[in-house]
Amino acid sequence: MQNYDIVVIGGGPAGLAAAAEAKRSGVDSILILERDHELGGILNQCIHNGFGLHTFKEELTGPEYAKRFMDQVFELGIEYKLNTMVMDITENKVVTAMNKTDGMFQIQAKAVILAMGCRERPRGALNIPGYRPAGIFSAGTAQRLVNIEGYLPGREVVILGSGDIGLIMARRMTLEGAKVKVVAELMPYSGGLKRNIVQCLDDYGIPLKLSHTVVDIEGKERVTGITIAEVGPDMKPISGTEEHYSCDTLLLSVGLLPENELSKTAGVELSTITSGPVVNDALETNVEGIFACGNVLHVHDLVDFVSQEAQNAGKNAAKYVKEGREASGRIIDIKAVDGVRYTVPCTIRPDQMDDTVTVRFRVGKVFKNSAITMYFGDEQVLKRKKQIMAPGEMEQVIIDKKKLAEFGDISDITIKIESV
Amino acid sequence: MEVRNLTCIGCPMGCQLEVTIDQGTVVSVTGNTCKRGDDYARKEVTNPTRIVTSTVPVIGGKIAMVSCKTASDIPKDKIFACMEEINQVTVAAPVKVGDVILKDICHTGVDIIATKDVDIA
Amino acid sequence: MIYDVVIIGAGVSGSAIARELSKYELNTVVLEKFEDVCSGTSKANSAIVHAGFDAAEGSLMAKLNVEGNEMMGDLARDLDIPFKRNGSLVVCIHKEELPGLQVLYDRGVANGVKDLKILSREEVLAMEPNLSDDVQGALYAPTGGIICPFILNIAMAENANVNGVDFRFNTEVEGFRKEGDTWVVRTNNGEYKTRYVVNAAGVYADVLHNMVSEDKIHITPRRGDYCLLDKEMGAHVSHTIFPQPTKLGKGVLVSPTIHGNLIVGPTAIDIEDREGTATTADGINDLIAKAGMHVKNLPVGRKVITSFAGLRAHEDHHEFIIGECKDAPGFIDCSGIESPGLTSSPAIGRMVADIVVDLAKPAKKSDWVGTRTGILNPSEMSLEERNALIKEKPEYGQIICRCESISEGEILDAIHRPLGARSLDGVKRRTRAGMGRCQGGFCSPRVMEIIHRELGIPVEKVTKSGGESVIAPELSKNRKGGEA
Repeated sequence: MQNYDIVVIGGGPAGLAAAAEAKRSGVDSILILERDHELGGILNQCIHNGFGLHTFKEELTGPEYAKRFMDQVFELGIEYKLNTMVMDITENKVVTAMNKTDGMFQIQAKAVILAMGCRERPRGALNIPGYRPAGIFSAGTAQRLVNIEGYLPGREVVILGSGDIGLIMARRMTLEGAKVKVVAELMPYSGGLKRNIVQCLDDYGIPLKLSHTVVDIEGKERVTGITIAEVGPDMKPISGTEEHYSCDTLLLSVGLLPENELSKTAGVELSTITSGPVVNDALETNVEGIFACGNVLHVHDLVDFVSQEAQNAGKNAAKYVKEGREASGRIIDIKAVDGVRYTVPCTIRPDQMDDTVTVRFRVGKVFKNSAITMYFGDEQVLKRKKQIMAPGEMEQVIIDKKKLAEFGDISDITIKIESV
Repeated sequence: MEVRNLTCIGCPMGCQLEVTIDQGTVVSVTGNTCKRGDDYARKEVTNPTRIVTSTVPVIGGKIAMVSCKTASDIPKDKIFACMEEINQVTVAAPVKVGDVILKDICHTGVDIIATKDVDIA
Repeated sequence: MIYDVVIIGAGVSGSAIARELSKYELNTVVLEKFEDVCSGTSKANSAIVHAGFDAAEGSLMAKLNVEGNEMMGDLARDLDIPFKRNGSLVVCIHKEELPGLQVLYDRGVANGVKDLKILSREEVLAMEPNLSDDVQGALYAPTGGIICPFILNIAMAENANVNGVDFRFNTEVEGFRKEGDTWVVRTNNGEYKTRYVVNAAGVYADVLHNMVSEDKIHITPRRGDYCLLDKEMGAHVSHTIFPQPTKLGKGVLVSPTIHGNLIVGPTAIDIEDREGTATTADGINDLIAKAGMHVKNLPVGRKVITSFAGLRAHEDHHEFIIGECKDAPGFIDCSGIESPGLTSSPAIGRMVADIVVDLAKPAKKSDWVGTRTGILNPSEMSLEERNALIKEKPEYGQIICRCESISEGEILDAIHRPLGARSLDGVKRRTRAGMGRCQGGFCSPRVMEIIHRELGIPVEKVTKSGGESVIAPELSKNRKGGEA
């Protein structure tokens, strides 16, 4: 059994930032375990620009953004293993992993940072009827084939789902010579950024059909056609609205799911809303010494926020390694109600928390001319007007330790959306 | 007088902008709810530009493709011409981030540069 | 060359027959229209080893079901097939249905099903706490089981192949003629001359039969839609839960699978198209509604990882038709093989082989090998065993399919063993790579690369399941095939 102070599971943007920050916080014994053949995670296939505006005040491509954090890891001399799959994590923080050269090995860690990212929701999870031919890809799989492997998955494309990956792939396939015929979105609004709708669809004359879904997939060997139909308020297809598109490819961009199978092996409690771990202000899970950050915790809109959150997790993991668990103190629940779907973190330790804690969340539907409000106990402490809020974008509020202290022994903080 | 309709990309509002143009000069922008919409509309109708990102095959590299981009934005109507030039080239490993892959693409004065390091296989 | 036996169809029946015939000095070839074994009805079904109380007393179906069930344990052991007798329950949720359980019980006893028992509400709830609150009682059949239908089929075919049976894939039978006593089987890949023909063509068995016989039969493709749920739900029930059967079949069952998922299905919809395996929204919705009647707290909507449809070869009289065609000597039918066909397959193989052996009177082989070692399952190994394996074959240390933890070593084995995989689905059915919750999103590009490397098939020609099912049909950027 090997020993490390901190084992970071995943070498994508979250894992890299967490490891670097842990090292800067004074912990030397750190190991990153990455399943792919290079660090950087999904950013390696996100070759488009638009990353890093918040962090670096410039627009980088995914690989460039990843390289900035990889360079930090290299410069700090942090150890990492590639092509290494973590098979199991125990509650006692024994990490079992495997690769070709080391075989199967175990590490006793003092702290573990979960940074495994997320995966795409597959066709099967949607119960789209029809045949099961070749030519149906999740958008990210198609992205890998095009950008990493150098293949064109098809020539005539229909896309279901207007998440950002789907929009980005609409442009990417078009630039590679494919014809993207339509993007269908089940919801009455797009989950993607406005900028992507304009620059990935409008620029190329690709129609976006809101409140539409795929009702049939044709083709026994390879996709030959897709039928879409409008859906009513009940999300059920409306008979008579069917439109047929002949095509050889269906891309699915229908949501991302935090990948927490390993977290479960360690007994980490998961949120039914985010599918990610339930964490406190230190981004620590219910299992002492196991922290989480990035898309494994909740699916982010911008990688900048992943990096910030991961640095926080890295700092807190280092603190835990150096100082151990602080005496248990008061815990305040953060309640997400009235349009706020969830918050990360879910609880705050008013005595041990940092001077400020950023609470991130998403809203459940599009809100116009509304306000984010926060209550310490029953008292409103924040009312921030927003012209628009949409489920596709994360929102945040900041909790100030001193201000919270003024409220004494409250049991909960509430965050909600209210009309102005 | 020409009227063009745009969707603002400044924020999720996606304001529907109506831009009135007279002989290449913007006369008015309406529909925006903030200054960013006005700025965006004026730029978009007079000189729309985009960063183009793509990939180029690497010969003798650890991986098959290297990602690349226009070093700065290029006129929007040159995107496809730019892609055609990108699609004709290959590079030899090793490649470093920032290496010029193609100089002065489509006479824009803008280079295509690598956005990823690729080592020799 | 004149074969002794041409078997048409490499499904579970054809493969079982091939394995039984491989015990004899016979020149046998199996012709399969698809690119792999187990590509039709055998690949899309409930994956249940039925106890045998459903089929009518005295029917061939009943006899072969019970025989097949009894044979399955030894077969699974000999051929390394994942199989477990988890027991099945026919559950009543209305008091009026209770007498029906007795009918099933009596029929089962008459069919020779062992250890049947009628359970009270309390007894059955103690065994399955997630049954509907309305449950009134159940018929318990401890001999019922769950099996990997792919490996059952593949293992029998592999074993037949190792013992000398040829398999020709992408070979579709187009017609027959007689030259004296010799059958000439016309296919898209040339003609095959043979003394005996075995028709194990699944949903096409009637078409082939009717080409040679005036005594016409008729098969209806009866589509069944299924949902497969995440392994998180695999322990929701531990037995196979059936409702009371209707004339359309055994109804919508809820069962753990041998690999730890939960399966719900099938529907029963008669269709025309013999390859009409498209699921429908109505079918899936119907399934979800019906499954929830007997098993509670089924999160079918949220935990489904895939849905699919299979076709049963439903013969008009709901009976297996096995025997030499009266007006076509040497043409042996094995048709109408619908549920419990998978269960019956070992017995079907033996019965058809006996018929051929009676006619051909071949000698028994002295060097027949009756056992097969399956693809390793490293997850069952200890840390030390696994390390020893990786030291010897490092590919076993490289995980390719994250969801099912399948390594490159297992995939290489699947490709290089007898009748090895040549497509993504071929790898999936042999190893489970791509069968997990992400449904191949992560591993399919990697498996394509391995198929390319190991078999020399250009990546842009690698298929999902043969034919036109190429996955990434073009190289981008004017790249030349085979480069980088």
